[in-house]
Amino acid sequence: MSERHMEIIGRTFWPMLEKGLLYSVPLAVVSFILGIVIAVIAALVIINRIPFFKQLADIYIWVFRGTPLLVQLFIVYWGICNPLGIDKWIASITAFSLNVGAYSAETIRAAILSIPKGQWEAGYAIGMNYRQVFFQVIIPQAAKVSVPPLFNSFISLVKDTSLASTIMISEMFRKAQEFASSNFEYLLIYSEVAVVYLMFCTVLNGLQKVIEVKLRVGKN
Amino acid sequence: MDKAADEERAMYKVSGITKNFSDNQILKGVSLEIEPNKTTVLIGPSGSGKTTLLRCINLLEIPDGGVVEVGGLSYEFGRGRKPKIDDPRLREIRSRTGMVFQNFQLFPHWTVLENIMKGPVTVLKREKEQCRKEALELLVKVGLSDKKDAYPYELSGGQQQRIAIARALAMKPELLLFDEPTSALDPELEAEVLNIIRQLVEEKRTIVIVTHKMSFAKEIADKIVFFDQGMIVKEGSYEEVENCGNQRITQFLNMIKN
Ligand SMILES: Nc1ncnc2c1ncn2[C@@H]1O[C@H](COP(=O)(O)OP(=O)(O)OP(=O)(O)O)[C@@H](O)[C@H]1O
Ligand SMILES: [Mg+2]
Repeated sequence: MSERHMEIIGRTFWPMLEKGLLYSVPLAVVSFILGIVIAVIAALVIINRIPFFKQLADIYIWVFRGTPLLVQLFIVYWGICNPLGIDKWIASITAFSLNVGAYSAETIRAAILSIPKGQWEAGYAIGMNYRQVFFQVIIPQAAKVSVPPLFNSFISLVKDTSLASTIMISEMFRKAQEFASSNFEYLLIYSEVAVVYLMFCTVLNGLQKVIEVKLRVGKN
Repeated sequence: MDKAADEERAMYKVSGITKNFSDNQILKGVSLEIEPNKTTVLIGPSGSGKTTLLRCINLLEIPDGGVVEVGGLSYEFGRGRKPKIDDPRLREIRSRTGMVFQNFQLFPHWTVLENIMKGPVTVLKREKEQCRKEALELLVKVGLSDKKDAYPYELSGGQQQRIAIARALAMKPELLLFDEPTSALDPELEAEVLNIIRQLVEEKRTIVIVTHKMSFAKEIADKIVFFDQGMIVKEGSYEEVENCGNQRITQFLNMIKN
């Protein structure tokens, strides 16, 4: 690597990391939390077969898993939010959380259904009611089962926030594009930003391990 | 609680219980009086409906018809809308009976102590410290005091089943139901569970147990009920049932002896 390259890295790495920490990561975290809330509601509605809402949830999952995230982002921003004058951050958080919510709803639904019927019965047998069994017996076990797949979704989402650059959100990848278009060092700059994403995801891998140990995932 | 109420509550009775699964009638109008402070042993061929009957007694399975009575409480099925498993009246009956499953079904995300305390604390809304004290006493009873903070996956099958018995006892049930409590266990772990059950029989609790272990059945039974094809074929003392001359019973007993 030439001195010029070193100089570019020194000048661009921190600003990109900063954008990542200040914008990409919060965008992912906020969207993921909202997505999980949506997912839990959708999964509950489907499992309990609540009329009308179940059909609504089915359609929601079908649509959001069946269309590209980029297209969803454009519809939400260009199609809805922009004409109404709604901020693009709100647009991107909405699109991301709806998307991750659709995938996670299926994860959570499957996790709840994976808990053996005998656990319901053990709860009922000591006289617990539906809510007690569901929230105290089933959900904690389902949460444990969900951790690995939900982390998959979260890690995907962290990387997918780069799509927000396409609606001019000044997150990390947008910053990388700006640098690259001013110094034409595409390989260098995009590799740099790749390294930062990799760093973020490595931290998440570690976090997943910690949570799995805490919840004793895989031990029953 | 006065004595009369106590005695009344000890009465447990099902009459005319029917249960269908899709088109198959699994229980064909079963009536059984469960004698208080006695041990009733349910025997019969595989698939005859023993488990289903036990589950109908504590209403984990909702009968299609018939009456379930415990003490002052009674519930009639087959008239009007079928109740949900979550029906408060059914829950009340369920909380007064203890069920021990073939495959233990401890709550894997709680410690042994939490497993035992859960019912009294959450369902009976009793004071936590008192429940804890009683749970520890139950652990002494089943010989597993040293495991109070263990998780179920750290226990052997026999130990898990002993905890499951303690969990059922923690609700101070008027009726204890056991569904083949040792059939999922290796023979060397069987004895420790049977010993606990023996102890409960000696304490004169009201017990209904399904088992294929005839020697054990003979030892503990005040009454044997032979069940076949969804019906009670014969009930009585072990000798009465053994010598009643019914072909199916003789066949079954001979088969099981080998
Ligand atoms: N939930 C269910 N759905 C459909 N059929 C069922 C269900 N539960 C039980 N059955 C059927 O009912 C019949 C009686 O089953 P049950 O488990 O009560 O028999 P059992 O006497 O306990 O047999 P075993 O000695 O093998 O435990 C069987 O034919 C079984 O297939
Ligand atoms: Mg059975």
